[in-house]
Amino acid sequence: MKVNNKITLKFPSLSINESFARSVVSCFALQLNPSISEISDIKTAVSEAVTNAIVHAYAGRIGEITLKMWIEDNVIHINICDDGIGIENVEQALEPFYTTREDEERSGMGFTIMKNFMDGVEVFSKIGVGTKIYMYKKIKVN
Amino acid sequence: MDIKYKKINGGLTLFVYGELDECSASQAKNILDRVLMENLNVKKVIFDLSGLSFMDSTGIGLLIGRYKKLKEFSIPAYISGASLATEKVIELAGIYNIMPKF
Repeated sequence: MKVNNKITLKFPSLSINESFARSVVSCFALQLNPSISEISDIKTAVSEAVTNAIVHAYAGRIGEITLKMWIEDNVIHINICDDGIGIENVEQALEPFYTTREDEERSGMGFTIMKNFMDGVEVFSKIGVGTKIYMYKKIKVN
Repeated sequence: MDIKYKKINGGLTLFVYGELDECSASQAKNILDRVLMENLNVKKVIFDLSGLSFMDSTGIGLLIGRYKKLKEFSIPAYISGASLATEKVIELAGIYNIMPKF
């Protein structure tokens, strides 16, 4: 499939950059003329993935997050990668309400939101190496 | 992120403005808990989210946490004014089952 447009960004895992990541992805998605609800879905899913990298992957330290986004026809694809601690059990992490940080009032809904708000989500993770979250959403053509 | 509150007819309404995410959650939590602890004589608490422009699962954790605190004091909690986007997150997490829509 023909890649029409592609952008890669690297930023430190500071929580202030969450809103930056959300805004950048929603601006990038605008070229597909999405609806307001499609834009909110993408923003929320990106926010969840970036939060995971900040809170879990780089817990207690600052690392680098890579946000890659590209468009193929009417589909927006997003990769969010970190070089953090990795996820021990991806299957378990994907379960609704599963959290390793209940004491911090974490809801454990991050991956559930990503899966429900996007058309597809894949998680690749290796302990001590890092995590890559790939997700895509098909934007309805009006 | 900003929080304002108002006491009406024995109920406490907390208005949450701006974006609720990992970046703003701890500040929001501190303000909400301070206001709640100062107002434990109210009959109910309403979280008015109409001024919220963004909320992700961090906000869900925050709301569930406040719900649990209020439950210890037998104070029912409600949510009002959520935008369509916020409502989608709330409904996915089933929050209206414990904090009904007001």
